[in-house]
Amino acid sequence: MRLEYPTNIKIVRVPCTGKVDVIHLLRSFEKGADGAYVVGCLEGSCQYNNGNFRARKRVEQAGEVLESIGIEKERVRMYNLSSGEGTLFAEYAREMDKIIRELGENPVKKAKRKMDAA
Amino acid sequence: MIVADKKPIDEVIETIKDYEKILLLGCNECVTVCEAGGKKEVEVLASALRMYFLNNGKKVSIEEKTLERQCDHEYLEEIRDVIDQYDAVLSLACGVGVQFTADKYLSTPVLPGVNTCFLGATEKRGVWTERCQACGKCILASTGGICPVSRCAKRVMNGPCGGSTNGKCELGPDTDCAWQLIINRLEAMGKMDEYEKLSPLKDWATDRAGGPRTVEREDIQS
Ligand code: SF4
Repeated sequence: MRLEYPTNIKIVRVPCTGKVDVIHLLRSFEKGADGAYVVGCLEGSCQYNNGNFRARKRVEQAGEVLESIGIEKERVRMYNLSSGEGTLFAEYAREMDKIIRELGENPVKKAKRKMDAA
Repeated sequence: MIVADKKPIDEVIETIKDYEKILLLGCNECVTVCEAGGKKEVEVLASALRMYFLNNGKKVSIEEKTLERQCDHEYLEEIRDVIDQYDAVLSLACGVGVQFTADKYLSTPVLPGVNTCFLGATEKRGVWTERCQACGKCILASTGGICPVSRCAKRVMNGPCGGSTNGKCELGPDTDCAWQLIINRLEAMGKMDEYEKLSPLKDWATDRAGGPRTVEREDIQS
């Protein structure tokens, strides 16, 4: 397909999105990621029945935690697609890239830089 | 088990904001089951707090540890060697754990990170209900295994009261009338004759009103 998607996106592979927990998403922000999104299989077609539903809940929970400490919850997101939908994968990547660019840099990363410089 | 609920994060922040080196201490027992203060909740809260303080330009170190139990000397001893490294402990255990930790480490502030709610059961994930008030003299044998002390708003001993409507308590349609549940169960067991017996006056001397209680078992003490 030779599709292009933003090069600033790092893929972390998991056996099923059900493996993704709130802490994984939070840690990515602690480590300086500007945004994090989970791409799971289509709802209703999880090989383990409800892995992607669990992931969606955890993405929501992570968003709430971020919001409670003053970080925009839009920085975490859940997408669903089937493994055959490469074009959609690239489209979601571009969409997320756009959302994050509008929100700007992860404030934690900025604050850390400031603190390290002081 | 003891059921606890997370404290809102701003309340936690307010409690710990004057300390710089904090140990976030979880417990592997009840609060793990009710998803308020186990290892996972410690990880999430610690991460959120670290980001919050960093974001607000405050240097705070938050370390994490989860003990098997905070209500037993032997497990609490596990932090004896490191306790002096911290300005404060934020405990995600129930009130018992917080107090036991505070008792043991006299000069370290030990702060609660959860609200301890009641003795209850898991109805389904995310829903816990009160089932026992630890009155110290169990009467479940004569009430069909359903506790009017914890589940009847008025703690009526010969119920139901006049407010019981269609099996619901006068508190509202979301609360089952405990005495309706008792009757249903006695009926199902074919033991309605027990319902006819008047309950004797309950001895409340063993309840909390008599002050803090102690259970002593000489036979097993060493
Ligand atoms: S309606 Fe039932 S549960 Fe409610 S106070 Fe009366 S006896 Fe107790």
